[in-house]
Amino acid sequence: MLSVSGLTKVFDQHPVFSGFDLRVQQNRFAVLLGPSGCGKSSFFDLLTGVIEAEGGSISWLGREVEHLGTIAAYMHQKDLLLPWFTLAENSLLPAKTAGEERRQAAARVDKLFVRMGIDGYQDHYPHQVSGGMRQRCALVRTLMFDRDLILLDEPLSALDSITRKSLQSLLLLLQSEFKRTLVMISHDVDEALLLADDLYILSARPMQIVKKIRLHSPQPRRFDDPELLAMKSDILETLEGDLDHVPG
Amino acid sequence: MSRANLFAFLLLFLLLGLWEAGCRIFAVPLFILPPPSIIVSTAVLKAPLILPHAFTTGLEILCGIALALAVAIPLAMAMFSCSWLEKALSPFLVASQAIPVFALAPLLVVWLGYGIASKILMASIIIFFPITVSLLEGFKSCDREYRVLFHLMGAGFWQTMRLLYWPWALPHFFAGLRVGVTVATIGAVIGEWVGAQRGLGYLMIQANARLKVDLVFAVILWLSVMGLLLWFAVGWLEKRSIRHRGGQLAFNTV
Repeated sequence: MLSVSGLTKVFDQHPVFSGFDLRVQQNRFAVLLGPSGCGKSSFFDLLTGVIEAEGGSISWLGREVEHLGTIAAYMHQKDLLLPWFTLAENSLLPAKTAGEERRQAAARVDKLFVRMGIDGYQDHYPHQVSGGMRQRCALVRTLMFDRDLILLDEPLSALDSITRKSLQSLLLLLQSEFKRTLVMISHDVDEALLLADDLYILSARPMQIVKKIRLHSPQPRRFDDPELLAMKSDILETLEGDLDHVPG
Repeated sequence: MSRANLFAFLLLFLLLGLWEAGCRIFAVPLFILPPPSIIVSTAVLKAPLILPHAFTTGLEILCGIALALAVAIPLAMAMFSCSWLEKALSPFLVASQAIPVFALAPLLVVWLGYGIASKILMASIIIFFPITVSLLEGFKSCDREYRVLFHLMGAGFWQTMRLLYWPWALPHFFAGLRVGVTVATIGAVIGEWVGAQRGLGYLMIQANARLKVDLVFAVILWLSVMGLLLWFAVGWLEKRSIRHRGGQLAFNTV
């Protein structure tokens, strides 16, 4: 289980986090849904140790850790592929920095390329392929971290809606086939409803969980599932209600 | 040939033609202004005289560039990796630019003699600054998200430098180097003016004193060609090392 408790951080005298708590069970897909500017991205920075928290503790699998920098993999809305490396070389980076044997790592990359539907593009450079394929490559790289916990920072928000749909099912694969624990931040209600097991609705400044929803509908889910639609209007109401309290 | 190129060539020939015609019509003495035809023929016919000097100047420029790189690259890396060092050294770098470097030339000759060492140092002092600054800017322009990614991969400083920062900064580095190689030529020539036993700058001063203006112009032509060659060499290096990026070159090569 990932457990965050009492996380505290002040930016420019604004308490962005004051005693933030979050618990995510293993192999679950948790989605943190909140308005933009509520501190979602800073939350990942605190988790990964990029910025230092002023208080609070993080534990993973029952062991308290300083941060998740060496425990979690990370996927961003930008694919973050390096333009001077081929797709395969980009995917190999985590193995390279971890000192994994190259041939073995390359074999793993090849398998993942097949699974993600970009087999045959190993030697292409990022600018030669589409945004969707780049993001699939980023998925391969994320899996090559070989870490059980994956942090997803609005990973699909830069994609068009058709590409997005096929990538959503690949994200679900991370959970069902690769047995990862996923924590995703998002501001897209529809996407959150399609993917999440546990949905956390956030409020801004300081960031708090206003509501936790457990979704039981089995995968694959459909947009027009009446249960999801009912939840959607409920969630939107919560989010809007919260926005009313935000000054300006 | 594109319209722009055609126009450029026409303009060039028009200017050269005006020059040539002006010299002939007004019978301008050769020691005041020789026509382009004489300059080119002097540059070619006097090649056996000019070549050894050009070799010396070329050597000074290349060694100057190498020396500047040997200092600028480690310095930029150190300043990048250590923010207090950057803060501490920045004023010195800026101050070093406030000194009119050419005014140092006589001193360098006093300290290092009439040989090539003083010219090498002169050239490298001039180009060291643009290279350091552009490389440092290049490192710093690396997007935060990429740094976070490498942080999560547990990559150390040198690994991140090799895989991320250095290739990221290459376009900036080459932008600085391009500025650098053109001014390096000026540095070497000025060093030679002040005091030297060979080199194109030395040859120019000698020719000027004897009113051999055609030779002065021929040397200038040689210097320009050397400068252009260096410019294209950097462009070629840049293209080779920054391929595969889908048009992310710092400059559009001519």
